Amino acid sequence: MSDHELRVSKIRDGTVLDHLPGGSALHVLALLGIDGSEGTGVSVAMNVPSDRMGTKDVVKVEERELSQAEVDVLSLIAPRATVNIVQEYAVIEKKRVERPESVAGVLACPNSSCITNADEPVTTRFDVLDDGLRCSYCEEIIREGIADHLDVG
Amino acid sequence: MRQDHLVAAGQLSRADVERVLDRAAEFDAALESGESLPARYPETVLALCFYEPSTRTKMSFETAMKRLGGDVVDMGSVDASSVKKGESLADTVRVIEGYGDGIVLRHPREGAARMASEFVDVPVVNAGDGAGQHPSQTLLDLYTIREAAGLDDLTIGIVGDLKYGRTVHSLATALTEFDAHMHFVSPDSLRLPRSVRFDLHEAGAQVREHTELDDVLPELDVLYVTRIQRERFPDEDEYQKVAGEFQIDADTLDAASDDLTVMHPLPRVDEIAPEIDDTDYANYFEQAHNGVPVRMALLDLLLSNHE
Repeated sequence: MSDHELRVSKIRDGTVLDHLPGGSALHVLALLGIDGSEGTGVSVAMNVPSDRMGTKDVVKVEERELSQAEVDVLSLIAPRATVNIVQEYAVIEKKRVERPESVAGVLACPNSSCITNADEPVTTRFDVLDDGLRCSYCEEIIREGIADHLDVG
Repeated sequence: MRQDHLVAAGQLSRADVERVLDRAAEFDAALESGESLPARYPETVLALCFYEPSTRTKMSFETAMKRLGGDVVDMGSVDASSVKKGESLADTVRVIEGYGDGIVLRHPREGAARMASEFVDVPVVNAGDGAGQHPSQTLLDLYTIREAAGLDDLTIGIVGDLKYGRTVHSLATALTEFDAHMHFVSPDSLRLPRSVRFDLHEAGAQVREHTELDDVLPELDVLYVTRIQRERFPDEDEYQKVAGEFQIDADTLDAASDDLTVMHPLPRVDEIAPEIDDTDYANYFEQAHNGVPVRMALLDLLLSNHE
């Protein structure tokens, strides 16, 4: 039995997000808009040993099956994440995150002069590049520290 | 041109640009000959929304619309409008959409025109969005370059404030559609922003960056000079470090080809000495005059798309 399974028990129904970079779990939950207010179980294991990654985080969300579109946004901060959909304690589907063409409403533009940082009724939107993101409005490119620009929750 | 709006130069294909410039040449010839133009848009009203000062852009759009037989309504200065009361841009353009058949927008924030275009159904022209883009200026720049030097096998030097200069960003992007060698000359602190360098790289453009004009001046067909814009600098000290970095005078141009064309989107401060004005190099006033036929062509194409 691996270390993380000792810390967090199996879930009956829901979604297990594995192979998240160590320390990223709270950003992952923020990106998914999960803050515990839903009333369903959420388990988080952070910085558990991983052969492949050194350390990793694991998040288990009970009673919710995340769609491909929902998990694809994780590719921004957790490109190697694996997603297991669980029913009756069994994994019924495994997914990998794929880079979406664009992401809306999850990041703030780092350009303080961007119109999305003015008091306007507009949702941020970024085109996803091979190695970063680009604001669909001001065209600013973000390559580093994407998690620093999260604007969710 | 198939677009409903013109918000960034990256929207324009070579065919789009050529269509606007060809149409502009027809208007230019008609204006030159003094013949009266048919009133193509007698019922059309163009709304001018300038949140930043403008002389050339605003007046040339106004002239262009009137030469096409239409009229304009002008939001006036921001201080005298509802913007002062805290109205959002999104609300303002939705109101103005009810008054005009098209909107020309200048705004201090990057991305403003793109956002505005998402809130209205009438054509929106970006007349400058902060340090972002100024694509209608690019069309008149391209028209001027085509007249003076041709747009293919072109070697152009773009000098000055490449970081905040929106005319530079739009021009550089548009030139990737042509066979142009681009040399960018600026202090390190004012080099092209990452987003523009990315676009040039993606387009496979032939680009070099320099800090000294002397490195490239002799090989240039066109020298495009820009003002170091005090108003875009976060602080005065940074501005003072680079102000006056590039000043073009007769001595500078000793090393230039006799066929060099000097352009400037204007207004200038001290980047080009007045002694250049009367030489064959100077093309910046002609460039400004081209604003009218080029904007007539742009409006004609956008408004006819919208009919």
